[in-house]
Amino acid sequence: MPVYYYIFLAVALFSIGVIGVLIRRNAIIIFMCVELMLNAANLLLVAFSKMHHQVLMKTNPTAASDAQVFVFFIMVVAAAEVSVGLAIIVMMYRNTHSVDVNFLNRLKN
Amino acid sequence: MNNILQIVWLIPILPLIGFIINGLGRNNLSKTLSGLIGSGVILASFIISVYVFLSVKEGNTHLIHYFEFINTVSLNVHFDFQIDQLSSLFLLIITGVGFLIHVYSTSYMHEEPTKDFAKYFAYLNLFVFSMLLLVMGGNYIIMFIGWEGVGLCSYLLIGFWFKNNEYTNAAKKAFIMNRIGDLGFLLAVFWLLSKLGSADFHQVFDNVAKLTSFDIGGITLLLFVGATGKSAQIPLYTWLPDAMAGPTPVSALIHAATMVTAGIYMIARSNILFTMAPLTQAIISIIGISTALLAATIALKQNDIKKVLAYSTVSQLGYMFVGLGVGAYTGAVFHVMTHAFFKALLFLGAGSVIHAMGGEQDMRNMGGLKKYMSITHITFLLGCLAIAGMPPFSGFFSKDEILAAAFAHQPILWIAGVVGALLTAFYMFRLYAMTFHGQFRGTHDQQHHLHESPAAITIPLVILAILAVVGGWIGIPEVFMHGGHRLEAFLEPIFEKSNHIAVKHELSHATEYTLMAVSVGGALIALLFAWNKFSKYQKAEINETGIGKVIANKWYVDELYDKVIVQPLQSLATFFNQVIEKNIIDGLVNGVGKAVHYGSRQIRLLQSGLVGTYILLMVIGMLILFIIQLFL
Repeated sequence: MPVYYYIFLAVALFSIGVIGVLIRRNAIIIFMCVELMLNAANLLLVAFSKMHHQVLMKTNPTAASDAQVFVFFIMVVAAAEVSVGLAIIVMMYRNTHSVDVNFLNRLKN
Repeated sequence: MNNILQIVWLIPILPLIGFIINGLGRNNLSKTLSGLIGSGVILASFIISVYVFLSVKEGNTHLIHYFEFINTVSLNVHFDFQIDQLSSLFLLIITGVGFLIHVYSTSYMHEEPTKDFAKYFAYLNLFVFSMLLLVMGGNYIIMFIGWEGVGLCSYLLIGFWFKNNEYTNAAKKAFIMNRIGDLGFLLAVFWLLSKLGSADFHQVFDNVAKLTSFDIGGITLLLFVGATGKSAQIPLYTWLPDAMAGPTPVSALIHAATMVTAGIYMIARSNILFTMAPLTQAIISIIGISTALLAATIALKQNDIKKVLAYSTVSQLGYMFVGLGVGAYTGAVFHVMTHAFFKALLFLGAGSVIHAMGGEQDMRNMGGLKKYMSITHITFLLGCLAIAGMPPFSGFFSKDEILAAAFAHQPILWIAGVVGALLTAFYMFRLYAMTFHGQFRGTHDQQHHLHESPAAITIPLVILAILAVVGGWIGIPEVFMHGGHRLEAFLEPIFEKSNHIAVKHELSHATEYTLMAVSVGGALIALLFAWNKFSKYQKAEINETGIGKVIANKWYVDELYDKVIVQPLQSLATFFNQVIEKNIIDGLVNGVGKAVHYGSRQIRLLQSGLVGTYILLMVIGMLILFIIQLFL
């Protein structure tokens, strides 16, 4: 499977994430879109790691694809971020009875 | 005699001490005390000056060095006092006449509030101090300090009654006119410093051969500009008549003992420079004679007693400049001396009259005062005879000496000078006749009030009258008495170098007698004519026409200056104020402020607080970075 399939998929996911963040106002949807962008990046990392591994295998049959471990780091960080982000959204809902991010413009003053 | 030179520094310091005591203690000193201090310090200076004069007369001249005033690599200015024949003579005039004026002031100013009284004496002392510094200075820099001090004090004293707007304007006029002249003086000093590296009199005069004729011409012309400012010559003379705004003794001090003689002193001191610049000398004599004639014609039509005297001072100063211009330095200094006596006498006499008339200065409202004030009347008459050049009064000898020198130099100068002398005799006796003879023309109240002035006023008048009569006898011309001109012999060392260079004109005795006879005869006729015309003067409204109107309006010189200098300057200032200042300078400054204000207002809109906008901007930024990375 050529690597650009993965690249297209990742770009598509990332773009969906970006557009979602830009046009939606619901904090939870925005949050999900952010996750989408993160995972698009993860997907790319995995794909490139695999490709790199295949190139190495030709000269060194015992080569390992250790780089995929990096993805787990990102997942852990993402999980931590989700917990914080969700907590913020919950607090925001308690205060405003809404999850619309445009309510937050009161922070500007 | 050497120990006397050790106390020379006291001569200027004493008036300074008087100034400080009177100035600081003006709220606490009584009138008697401040008058005593003010006059006492001048008297002390006078006594020391007499000792110094006697010492100098024996031939002891000194350059006393006190300390370094300015000390740099290329410029050294010493604080020196020059004690020689010229300065010691001026010291006597300044402190002597100055002292009499101080005594006179104690009575004349007695109606002032105590505070102003002490302030007045403080200014007067400072004035004398500055003048002494000017005369004693051993170089042009020290002289300049005194020169400026005199200008300042004249401003303070002319504007003494500063609540009157007109008087303050007169004070400002005097100050500004003087400043114009001072600039010339200062430039001349800079020129000297750049060429010779020194402003010391003896160094400059010894090295005068090192200067090119162009340098000497420029320096002397600039010095003369300074002298026109201080000594009230065309074109800077208009301040002196306006200086009448001050108290009358101040006018006497300015006109007789100090201030206006500064220019004469400076040129007489620099005589060697001027002798080597024939062009400047020619200019000086032309300006001098024009001033003498112009001021004399103006004086013919003035009705204010002090104004007539003021214009006569300008006119007499013109004669002194003629003397300087034709190389008769001794004559000029001689005339300074005799003029100091009779002009101080005339001013103080006028002050006595004004005092008796309760502040009235218009001669048309006087008349017949001879009956009420006999001492003032007699002394005033002697002063008038002296200024009119009647023998054997002092003015005759000094004026005659200048006129004789002028004749030897250029007969046209002499003719103009004699015309001026006739005018002088005419207007002085017009003044005398209108004031002291005929019917009293003032109000009834004034007539009731008329009285002879107290002793503090009459005693100085009497002393000055004696001096005005006998003062000329130290300079009796050669034709009358061999060796009679003792002043010339005394001043010989000062003008020695100039006398070597200058071409000597010898007049035969017959010519000199003729010249004297013509000028005295002419003056006598003018005097009798004026007497005849004005001794029975009746008050009448005369509408001046033709030349009379022009003269009564002082040749419209003030108006001319106003049109040519003041108004264009004012319109230029208005233009700069209204257009350049308001539009360009203010616009620039306010524009910067407005631009920042507007810019920040626009940029503030970016911080909307909407998370979506922030993210959009962030994404756009990322895209831009991306594009830069990929394609550029």
